Amino acid sequence: MTRLRSLLLMAPSLLTIGIFMAVPMLVALAYSFMTSSPYGGVQMPFSVGAYIQILYDEDFDGTLAFTTDYLMIIGRSVVLAGLTTAACLAVAFPTAWFIVCRAPRQRQLLLFLVSLPFWINTLIRTYCWVLLLRDEGLVNHLLEGAGVTDEPVTLLYNDGAILLGLIYTFLPFMVLPIYSTLERVDHRLIEAAYDLYANRRLVFRRILWPLARPGVAAGALLVFAPALGSFLAPDLLGGGRKLLIGSLIQLEFTSGRNWPFGSAIAVLVSTGVLIAMLIQARRGRPPSELHA
Amino acid sequence: MSAQPFNWRHLPGGRSLMTSLLVFLYAPLAILVIYSFNASRIVTVWGGFSTRWFGMVWDNPDIRRTAYTSITVAIMATILATAFAVAAALALERGRLPGLRGLSESLIALPLVVPEIVVAITTLVFFSAIGLKLGAGNLVIAHTVFCIPFALLPMRARLRDMGQSAENAARDLYASDWQVFRRITLPLMLPAIASGAMLSFVTSLDDFIISMMVADAGTTTLPVYVYGMMRVGVTPEVNAVSAILLGVSLLLVVMALLLTGRKPAAT
Repeated sequence: MTRLRSLLLMAPSLLTIGIFMAVPMLVALAYSFMTSSPYGGVQMPFSVGAYIQILYDEDFDGTLAFTTDYLMIIGRSVVLAGLTTAACLAVAFPTAWFIVCRAPRQRQLLLFLVSLPFWINTLIRTYCWVLLLRDEGLVNHLLEGAGVTDEPVTLLYNDGAILLGLIYTFLPFMVLPIYSTLERVDHRLIEAAYDLYANRRLVFRRILWPLARPGVAAGALLVFAPALGSFLAPDLLGGGRKLLIGSLIQLEFTSGRNWPFGSAIAVLVSTGVLIAMLIQARRGRPPSELHA
Repeated sequence: MSAQPFNWRHLPGGRSLMTSLLVFLYAPLAILVIYSFNASRIVTVWGGFSTRWFGMVWDNPDIRRTAYTSITVAIMATILATAFAVAAALALERGRLPGLRGLSESLIALPLVVPEIVVAITTLVFFSAIGLKLGAGNLVIAHTVFCIPFALLPMRARLRDMGQSAENAARDLYASDWQVFRRITLPLMLPAIASGAMLSFVTSLDDFIISMMVADAGTTTLPVYVYGMMRVGVTPEVNAVSAILLGVSLLLVVMALLLTGRKPAAT
């Protein structure tokens, strides 16, 4: 295929994503350096006010007072996304290894079952947990039936519920990339290690983990990035009362009507994701001497 | 001591881990479906089997209207994304893209890694900045963008797996580039194209956050409308319409994955 023809074939996809996704991200970057107009749009002149607003509250007389409100929201989002990633990793690694050790036919079936929820509407999947966890929900019914409690326990609208929802949503993202790296591990390495009196822990630490690192890095990114900007789990399971970054951005673009501020937060999130991508690209490579 | 020889493939507790994981993933969905057939108006009290909530969903004009919007947008976005993805898959797997490969790969991956809420607000900002008001057209554009990478997944995998020997053989027999594509590559790719189309249809149909921000009053999609219902409260109608959406997604994805007979990589 000639270069020109390859380029022409690539062009529709590149132009669509470039114009309607990459350029909009740059426009949002520009918006974050403007001031909000009273009609809900933005206006010149250039200012870094939106970024200052993240750290400082402006009083009526124009003096700035340091505020931790938004830092807390950002911090909470990062912590929740981090916990989600860690929990997914802890479950996904042994699961992926278990699947790798099955017979090929069973492997296909298990992979299929693990990845299927990825394609199901996140809204519906999150709503399922509202059904389960609310005061009149199944979990409370079971608890009361078992005599554990007399009154419904409030399970919804806290950080635990958000975390559960996030893990539920993003777990398949972690299993698949780890599986695809573990699948390629040369079995002779493992057998050799056991022949040399390694135990399970040592095999994991010295062989499986280093070789699976690209998969772990890819999975961590695929979980952390969307979890950081998640909107549905905090909104439906967290009750939207405690803000996270995702809901904060959404709020600033709807009822908040402060587009520059919303853009500035979005720019921060995107920068965070970009940094995570760069770390993944650097750290994700397997050590070359072990690459079988 | 057990008499069995040591087997490193055996992971202690692996089977129960796998079972609990599958229960964790599927039990909530199963419970939703069961509730949707509950005759009682009180969602969690079982009042016998009934399909009356599905009837109510069917008779709800708002659900019909928004479902129509969702399906129209999904069809349009699927056609565009699938056509673009076939071309891109050929270029990426068979073509020469000197100096552009890295850029192409990153741009294609962009919709997969950028958090949805960021995509949603940047798209909103962009459409308002250039004053684009195409109604459902705006949604079609936004959906096409994030459907392309999903449509590409099975196609690239297929092109990589099937190798180039059949194509090379045809070329040896003096087939032109077009003939090779028409007679060899396209027929061999067809299951993957169908699979990619179904995956992008599901992705478009399921999208909530981007549609919520981009859609205006006249172009509300079904998930956005259902979200509004959920905010009001847990009702049997919400369960029924959710179960329908769940069923449609499952059906399409299972079909898509069976078509290619390959593991569905989410990466």
